[in-house]
Amino acid sequence: MATATTSKASRMGEEIWKTRVDKISAEVLTLTYGTLVAQLCRDLTLPNTASQTDYLAVNAELDRMGYAIGLRLIEDFLAKSQNTGHCSNFREVAEVISKVGFKMFLNVVPEVRGWQGPPAGEEGAGGPVAFSLVLEENPLAEFVELPDDGRAQDELWYSNVLCGVLRGALEMVQMQVEARFTSDVLRGHESTEMRVTLVRYLQDELPADDD
Amino acid sequence: MSYHFAIVGTRDNPLFDLDFGTSKLGGDGLSHFKPEAAHMNQFILHASLDMVEEVQWANKDLYLKKIDSYQNNSIHCFLTATNVKFLLLMNPDPSATPYSQHTPGTTTSPPPRAAANAKHSATLLAANPSSPQTEEAVRVFMGEVYESYVKCTLNPFYRANQIITSPIFRSRVQAAAKKYL
Repeated sequence: MATATTSKASRMGEEIWKTRVDKISAEVLTLTYGTLVAQLCRDLTLPNTASQTDYLAVNAELDRMGYAIGLRLIEDFLAKSQNTGHCSNFREVAEVISKVGFKMFLNVVPEVRGWQGPPAGEEGAGGPVAFSLVLEENPLAEFVELPDDGRAQDELWYSNVLCGVLRGALEMVQMQVEARFTSDVLRGHESTEMRVTLVRYLQDELPADDD
Repeated sequence: MSYHFAIVGTRDNPLFDLDFGTSKLGGDGLSHFKPEAAHMNQFILHASLDMVEEVQWANKDLYLKKIDSYQNNSIHCFLTATNVKFLLLMNPDPSATPYSQHTPGTTTSPPPRAAANAKHSATLLAANPSSPQTEEAVRVFMGEVYESYVKCTLNPFYRANQIITSPIFRSRVQAAAKKYL
Protein backbone atom coordinates (compact mmCIF):
# COMPACT_ATOMS: atom_id res chain seq x y z
CA MET A 1 0.00 0.00 0.00
CA ALA A 2 2.85 2.27 0.91
CA THR A 3 4.46 1.65 -2.47
CA ALA A 4 1.26 2.48 -4.30
CA THR A 5 1.09 5.81 -2.51
CA THR A 6 4.76 6.41 -3.23
CA SER A 7 4.54 5.91 -6.97
CA LYS A 8 1.29 7.84 -7.20
CA ALA A 9 2.86 10.70 -5.30
CA SER A 10 6.00 10.69 -7.42
CA ARG A 11 3.99 10.67 -10.64
CA MET A 12 1.97 13.59 -9.40
CA GLY A 13 5.08 15.46 -8.29
CA GLU A 14 6.66 15.03 -11.72
CA GLU A 15 3.47 16.07 -13.46
CA ILE A 16 3.02 19.23 -11.41
CA TRP A 17 6.70 20.13 -11.72
CA LYS A 18 6.49 19.83 -15.50
CA THR A 19 3.25 21.63 -16.11
CA ARG A 20 2.25 23.97 -13.34
CA VAL A 21 5.33 25.43 -11.76
CA ASP A 22 7.14 28.63 -12.70
CA LYS A 23 10.90 28.02 -12.54
CA ILE A 24 13.69 30.35 -11.61
CA SER A 25 17.43 29.95 -11.81
CA ALA A 26 18.73 27.85 -8.92
CA GLU A 27 21.53 30.34 -8.32
CA VAL A 28 19.05 33.15 -7.71
CA LEU A 29 17.42 31.13 -4.96
CA THR A 30 20.69 29.89 -3.51
CA LEU A 31 22.34 33.29 -3.42
CA THR A 32 19.26 35.11 -2.14
CA TYR A 33 18.80 32.65 0.69
CA GLY A 34 22.53 32.70 1.39
CA THR A 35 22.59 36.47 1.65
CA LEU A 36 19.61 36.36 3.97
CA VAL A 37 21.26 33.90 6.33
CA ALA A 38 24.59 35.74 6.22
CA GLN A 39 22.84 39.02 7.02
CA LEU A 40 20.99 37.43 9.94
CA CYS A 41 24.33 36.14 11.20
CA ARG A 42 25.70 39.68 11.08
CA ASP A 43 22.64 41.24 12.71
CA LEU A 44 21.87 38.81 15.51
CA THR A 45 24.79 38.94 17.89
CA LEU A 46 25.22 37.61 21.41
CA PRO A 47 24.47 40.11 24.17
CA ASN A 48 27.41 42.42 24.94
CA THR A 49 29.39 41.44 21.86
CA ALA A 50 29.85 43.27 18.58
CA SER A 51 30.58 40.45 16.20
CA GLN A 52 29.81 37.11 17.84
CA THR A 53 26.79 35.68 16.15
CA ASP A 54 24.01 34.21 18.26
CA TYR A 55 23.45 31.17 16.07
CA LEU A 56 20.57 29.87 18.17
CA ALA A 57 18.78 33.15 17.52
CA VAL A 58 19.52 32.79 13.81
CA ASN A 59 18.03 29.29 13.84
CA ALA A 60 14.95 30.57 15.62
CA GLU A 61 14.57 33.48 13.23
CA LEU A 62 14.88 31.23 10.17
CA ASP A 63 12.30 28.90 11.66
CA ARG A 64 9.96 31.80 12.30
CA MET A 65 10.36 33.06 8.73
CA GLY A 66 9.74 29.57 7.44
CA TYR A 67 6.62 29.28 9.57
CA ALA A 68 5.22 32.46 8.02
CA ILE A 69 6.07 31.12 4.56
CA GLY A 70 4.47 27.76 5.30
CA LEU A 71 1.20 29.31 6.42
CA ARG A 72 0.76 30.78 2.93
CA LEU A 73 2.60 28.22 0.87
CA ILE A 74 0.16 25.45 1.78
CA GLU A 75 -2.58 27.27 -0.13
CA ASP A 76 -0.42 27.39 -3.24
CA PHE A 77 0.46 23.75 -2.75
CA LEU A 78 -3.17 22.66 -2.45
CA ALA A 79 -4.21 24.76 -5.43
CA LYS A 80 -1.57 23.19 -7.66
CA SER A 81 -2.14 19.64 -6.49
CA GLN A 82 -5.93 19.76 -6.67
CA ASN A 83 -6.68 16.10 -7.05
CA THR A 84 -4.54 14.83 -4.20
CA GLY A 85 -7.48 14.20 -1.98
CA HIS A 86 -7.09 13.72 1.73
CA CYS A 87 -4.11 11.99 3.18
CA SER A 88 -5.63 9.21 5.24
CA ASN A 89 -2.64 8.76 7.52
CA PHE A 90 0.65 10.37 8.50
CA ARG A 91 2.63 7.97 6.33
CA GLU A 92 0.86 9.35 3.30
CA VAL A 93 1.55 12.86 4.54
CA ALA A 94 5.25 12.02 4.57
CA GLU A 95 5.13 10.68 1.03
CA VAL A 96 3.26 13.70 -0.29
CA ILE A 97 5.62 16.16 1.43
CA SER A 98 8.62 14.44 -0.06
CA LYS A 99 7.41 13.50 -3.54
CA VAL A 100 5.04 16.38 -4.27
CA GLY A 101 5.86 19.23 -1.92
CA PHE A 102 9.64 19.26 -2.13
CA LYS A 103 9.49 18.37 -5.82
CA MET A 104 7.13 21.24 -6.55
CA PHE A 105 9.06 23.97 -4.76
CA LEU A 106 12.68 22.83 -4.79
CA ASN A 107 12.82 20.09 -7.45
CA VAL A 108 14.38 17.62 -5.04
CA VAL A 109 12.83 14.48 -3.61
CA PRO A 110 14.08 13.76 -0.11
CA GLU A 111 13.96 10.15 0.93
CA VAL A 112 11.52 9.27 3.71
CA ARG A 113 13.41 7.20 6.24
CA GLY A 114 13.45 6.24 9.88
CA TRP A 115 9.72 5.75 10.19
CA GLN A 116 8.59 5.50 13.78
CA GLY A 117 5.10 4.81 15.05
CA PRO A 118 2.21 2.40 14.87
CA PRO A 119 1.29 0.72 11.57
CA ALA A 120 -0.48 2.82 8.95
CA GLY A 121 -4.06 3.61 9.80
CA GLU A 122 -3.65 3.05 13.52
CA GLU A 123 -2.05 6.33 14.48
CA GLY A 124 -4.81 6.88 17.00
CA ALA A 125 -3.31 4.10 19.08
CA GLY A 126 -0.87 6.58 20.56
CA GLY A 127 2.87 6.65 20.81
CA PRO A 128 5.11 9.02 18.90
CA VAL A 129 4.73 9.24 15.14
CA ALA A 130 7.73 10.55 13.29
CA PHE A 131 9.77 10.28 10.10
CA SER A 132 12.99 11.65 8.68
CA LEU A 133 13.51 13.41 5.38
CA VAL A 134 16.96 12.81 3.96
CA LEU A 135 18.03 15.40 1.40
CA GLU A 136 20.45 14.00 -1.16
CA GLU A 137 21.11 17.47 -2.43
CA ASN A 138 20.07 20.73 -0.88
CA PRO A 139 19.51 23.61 -3.32
CA LEU A 140 19.66 26.11 -0.48
CA ALA A 141 23.13 25.12 0.60
CA GLU A 142 24.97 25.02 -2.74
CA PHE A 143 28.42 26.73 -2.57
CA VAL A 144 28.04 27.27 1.18
CA GLU A 145 30.83 26.82 3.68
CA LEU A 146 29.94 27.70 7.25
CA PRO A 147 32.02 30.40 8.97
CA ASP A 148 35.04 28.87 10.72
CA ASP A 149 34.59 30.67 14.02
CA GLY A 150 34.45 27.36 15.87
CA ARG A 151 30.77 27.70 16.76
CA ALA A 152 28.82 27.81 13.51
CA GLN A 153 29.68 24.17 12.84
CA ASP A 154 28.01 23.14 16.09
CA GLU A 155 25.18 25.63 16.39
CA LEU A 156 23.89 26.90 13.06
CA TRP A 157 21.29 24.94 11.12
CA TYR A 158 21.79 26.68 7.81
CA SER A 159 18.60 25.47 6.10
CA ASN A 160 16.39 25.83 9.16
CA VAL A 161 13.82 27.75 7.14
CA LEU A 162 12.61 24.39 5.80
CA CYS A 163 11.63 23.24 9.31
CA GLY A 164 9.51 26.34 9.74
CA VAL A 165 7.89 25.84 6.34
CA LEU A 166 6.82 22.30 7.23
CA ARG A 167 5.57 23.35 10.63
CA GLY A 168 3.56 26.26 9.20
CA ALA A 169 2.14 24.34 6.27
CA LEU A 170 1.07 21.31 8.28
CA GLU A 171 -0.49 23.46 10.96
CA MET A 172 -2.83 24.90 8.34
CA VAL A 173 -4.06 21.40 7.55
CA GLN A 174 -4.73 20.46 11.17
CA MET A 175 -1.46 18.81 12.02
CA GLN A 176 0.75 20.16 14.73
CA VAL A 177 4.27 18.90 14.14
CA GLU A 178 7.71 19.50 15.45
CA ALA A 179 10.38 19.69 12.76
CA ARG A 180 14.09 20.03 13.27
CA PHE A 181 17.36 19.20 11.57
CA THR A 182 19.32 16.31 13.00
CA SER A 183 22.29 16.43 10.64
CA ASP A 184 23.67 18.58 7.84
CA VAL A 185 26.48 17.96 5.36
CA LEU A 186 27.58 21.55 5.93
CA ARG A 187 28.57 20.53 9.44
CA GLY A 188 30.56 17.62 8.08
CA HIS A 189 27.87 14.98 8.60
CA GLU A 190 27.20 12.19 6.14
CA SER A 191 23.77 13.42 5.13
CA THR A 192 21.30 16.25 5.52
CA GLU A 193 18.39 15.01 7.55
CA MET A 194 15.26 16.55 9.08
CA ARG A 195 13.14 14.86 11.71
CA VAL A 196 9.41 15.54 11.61
CA THR A 197 7.37 14.46 14.63
CA LEU A 198 3.60 14.59 14.83
CA VAL A 199 2.50 16.27 18.03
CA ARG A 200 -1.24 15.99 17.56
CA TYR A 201 -4.06 16.43 15.09
CA LEU A 202 -5.69 19.78 15.71
CA GLN A 203 -9.43 19.94 16.21
CA ASP A 204 -11.49 22.90 15.18
CA GLU A 205 -11.47 24.89 18.34
CA LEU A 206 -13.65 27.81 19.15
CA PRO A 207 -11.92 30.88 20.51
CA ALA A 208 -12.12 30.93 24.29
CA ASP A 209 -14.35 34.00 24.55
CA ASP A 210 -16.76 32.96 21.82
CA ASP A 211 -20.27 32.35 23.13
CA MET B 1 61.82 23.52 -8.50
CA SER B 2 59.44 25.42 -6.26
CA TYR B 3 56.40 27.59 -6.63
CA HIS B 4 54.83 30.36 -4.61
CA PHE B 5 51.22 31.12 -5.46
CA ALA B 6 49.36 34.16 -4.17
CA ILE B 7 46.02 35.84 -4.72
CA VAL B 8 46.00 39.61 -4.45
CA GLY B 9 42.72 41.46 -4.02
CA THR B 10 41.42 44.53 -5.79
CA ARG B 11 43.03 46.87 -3.28
CA ASP B 12 46.39 45.11 -3.63
CA ASN B 13 45.68 43.30 -0.38
CA PRO B 14 46.86 39.70 -0.01
CA LEU B 15 44.03 37.15 0.10
CA PHE B 16 45.71 33.78 -0.08
CA ASP B 17 49.14 32.25 -0.49
CA LEU B 18 50.56 28.79 -0.87
CA ASP B 19 54.05 27.32 -1.36
CA PHE B 20 54.47 24.08 -3.22
CA GLY B 21 56.90 22.17 -5.40
CA THR B 22 56.53 20.31 -8.64
CA SER B 23 55.07 16.83 -8.64
CA LYS B 24 56.32 16.12 -12.17
CA LEU B 25 59.61 14.41 -13.00
CA GLY B 26 59.87 12.74 -9.62
CA GLY B 27 59.37 15.94 -7.63
CA ASP B 28 58.08 15.51 -4.10
CA GLY B 29 55.48 18.29 -4.35
CA LEU B 30 57.11 20.25 -1.55
CA SER B 31 58.62 23.68 -1.83
CA HIS B 32 62.36 24.02 -1.20
CA PHE B 33 62.60 27.74 -0.71
CA LYS B 34 65.25 28.94 1.71
CA PRO B 35 63.91 30.43 4.95
CA GLU B 36 64.66 33.98 3.83
CA ALA B 37 62.67 33.37 0.65
CA ALA B 38 59.41 33.35 2.59
CA HIS B 39 59.23 37.11 2.82
CA MET B 40 61.31 37.75 -0.30
CA ASN B 41 58.78 35.85 -2.40
CA GLN B 42 55.95 38.02 -1.15
CA PHE B 43 58.05 41.08 -1.80
CA ILE B 44 58.91 39.99 -5.33
CA LEU B 45 55.32 39.12 -6.14
CA HIS B 46 53.94 42.40 -4.88
CA ALA B 47 56.68 44.28 -6.71
CA SER B 48 55.46 42.69 -9.91
CA LEU B 49 52.03 44.27 -9.48
CA ASP B 50 53.41 47.35 -11.22
CA MET B 51 54.10 45.21 -14.26
CA VAL B 52 50.57 43.80 -14.07
CA GLU B 53 49.11 47.27 -14.28
CA GLU B 54 51.21 47.99 -17.33
CA VAL B 55 50.35 44.82 -19.14
CA GLN B 56 46.70 44.37 -18.22
CA TRP B 57 45.25 46.99 -20.56
CA ALA B 58 47.39 45.90 -23.47
CA ASN B 59 46.03 42.38 -23.35
CA LYS B 60 42.59 40.99 -24.03
CA ASP B 61 43.32 37.68 -22.39
CA LEU B 62 42.85 37.14 -18.67
CA TYR B 63 46.06 35.16 -18.56
CA LEU B 64 48.92 37.67 -18.95
CA LYS B 65 51.65 35.01 -19.20
CA LYS B 66 55.07 35.79 -17.80
CA ILE B 67 55.12 39.37 -16.64
CA ASP B 68 58.23 39.73 -14.53
CA SER B 69 61.40 38.05 -13.36
CA TYR B 70 63.85 38.60 -10.57
CA GLN B 71 67.05 36.59 -10.24
CA ASN B 72 65.91 33.15 -11.29
CA ASN B 73 62.30 33.69 -10.26
CA SER B 74 59.69 34.19 -12.94
CA ILE B 75 56.22 35.50 -12.27
CA HIS B 76 53.14 34.57 -14.23
CA CYS B 77 49.89 36.43 -13.72
CA PHE B 78 46.21 35.72 -14.28
CA LEU B 79 43.65 38.47 -13.81
CA THR B 80 40.04 37.79 -12.96
CA ALA B 81 37.33 39.95 -14.46
CA THR B 82 37.06 41.90 -11.21
CA ASN B 83 40.79 42.67 -11.15
CA VAL B 84 41.78 40.11 -8.57
CA LYS B 85 45.30 38.97 -9.36
CA PHE B 86 46.49 35.36 -9.28
CA LEU B 87 50.29 35.46 -9.18
CA LEU B 88 52.50 32.42 -9.59
CA LEU B 89 56.20 32.68 -8.86
CA MET B 90 58.32 29.82 -10.16
CA ASN B 91 61.90 29.08 -9.35
CA PRO B 92 63.79 26.15 -10.95
CA ASP B 93 66.38 25.94 -8.18
CA PRO B 94 65.56 27.93 -5.05
CA SER B 95 68.69 26.85 -3.20
CA ALA B 96 70.76 28.73 -5.76
CA THR B 97 68.96 32.03 -5.37
CA PRO B 98 71.26 34.37 -3.42
CA TYR B 99 68.63 36.72 -2.01
CA SER B 100 70.93 38.48 0.45
CA GLN B 101 74.00 39.12 -1.72
CA HIS B 102 72.18 39.97 -4.88
CA THR B 103 73.98 42.45 -7.16
CA PRO B 104 72.61 43.63 -10.46
CA GLY B 105 74.27 41.75 -13.25
CA THR B 106 74.22 38.31 -11.69
CA THR B 107 70.73 37.83 -12.97
CA THR B 108 71.88 36.68 -16.39
CA SER B 109 74.65 34.30 -15.34
CA PRO B 110 73.29 30.86 -14.43
CA PRO B 111 73.49 30.04 -10.72
CA PRO B 112 76.21 27.47 -9.95
CA ARG B 113 74.03 24.63 -8.75
CA ALA B 114 71.60 25.01 -11.58
CA ALA B 115 74.53 24.51 -13.95
CA ALA B 116 75.51 21.34 -12.13
CA ASN B 117 72.23 19.63 -12.76
CA ALA B 118 71.31 21.59 -15.85
CA LYS B 119 70.45 18.43 -17.69
CA HIS B 120 67.72 17.59 -15.19
CA SER B 121 66.40 21.08 -14.70
CA ALA B 122 66.31 21.89 -18.41
CA THR B 123 63.18 19.80 -18.67
CA LEU B 124 61.45 21.58 -15.81
CA LEU B 125 58.67 24.03 -16.55
CA ALA B 126 60.26 26.77 -14.48
CA ALA B 127 63.54 26.50 -16.40
CA ASN B 128 61.72 27.70 -19.51
CA PRO B 129 59.24 30.18 -18.07
CA SER B 130 58.23 31.53 -21.48
CA SER B 131 57.96 28.28 -23.36
CA PRO B 132 54.57 27.27 -24.77
CA GLN B 133 54.47 24.16 -22.56
CA THR B 134 54.94 26.21 -19.41
CA GLU B 135 52.39 28.77 -20.50
CA GLU B 136 49.87 26.08 -21.30
CA ALA B 137 50.40 24.32 -17.96
CA VAL B 138 50.06 27.57 -16.04
CA ARG B 139 47.01 28.55 -18.07
CA VAL B 140 45.23 25.31 -17.19
CA PHE B 141 46.29 25.60 -13.54
CA MET B 142 45.01 29.18 -13.35
CA GLY B 143 41.76 28.13 -15.02
CA GLU B 144 41.15 25.55 -12.31
CA VAL B 145 42.02 27.94 -9.55
CA TYR B 146 39.69 30.53 -11.10
CA GLU B 147 36.85 28.02 -11.05
CA SER B 148 37.46 27.25 -7.38
CA TYR B 149 37.78 30.95 -6.63
CA VAL B 150 34.40 31.64 -8.23
CA LYS B 151 32.81 28.92 -6.09
CA CYS B 152 34.47 30.46 -3.07
CA THR B 153 33.07 33.92 -3.80
CA LEU B 154 29.58 32.44 -4.19
CA ASN B 155 29.70 31.36 -0.56
CA PRO B 156 27.35 33.77 1.20
CA PHE B 157 29.66 34.01 4.19
CA TYR B 158 32.53 35.27 2.04
CA ARG B 159 32.82 39.00 1.46
CA ALA B 160 34.76 40.52 -1.44
CA ASN B 161 38.43 41.14 -0.63
CA GLN B 162 38.22 39.03 2.50
CA ILE B 163 41.14 36.70 3.21
CA ILE B 164 40.37 33.21 1.94
CA THR B 165 40.58 30.78 4.84
CA SER B 166 38.53 27.95 3.36
CA PRO B 167 40.38 24.63 3.67
CA ILE B 168 38.34 23.34 0.74
CA PHE B 169 39.70 26.07 -1.52
CA ARG B 170 43.25 25.40 -0.33
CA SER B 171 42.99 21.70 -1.06
CA ARG B 172 41.52 22.42 -4.51
CA VAL B 173 44.48 24.66 -5.33
CA GLN B 174 46.87 21.99 -4.08
CA ALA B 175 45.16 19.39 -6.22
CA ALA B 176 45.39 21.61 -9.31
CA ALA B 177 49.07 22.29 -8.58
CA LYS B 178 49.78 18.59 -8.26
CA LYS B 179 47.98 17.86 -11.50
CA TYR B 180 49.47 20.49 -13.76
CA LEU B 181 52.70 21.96 -12.36
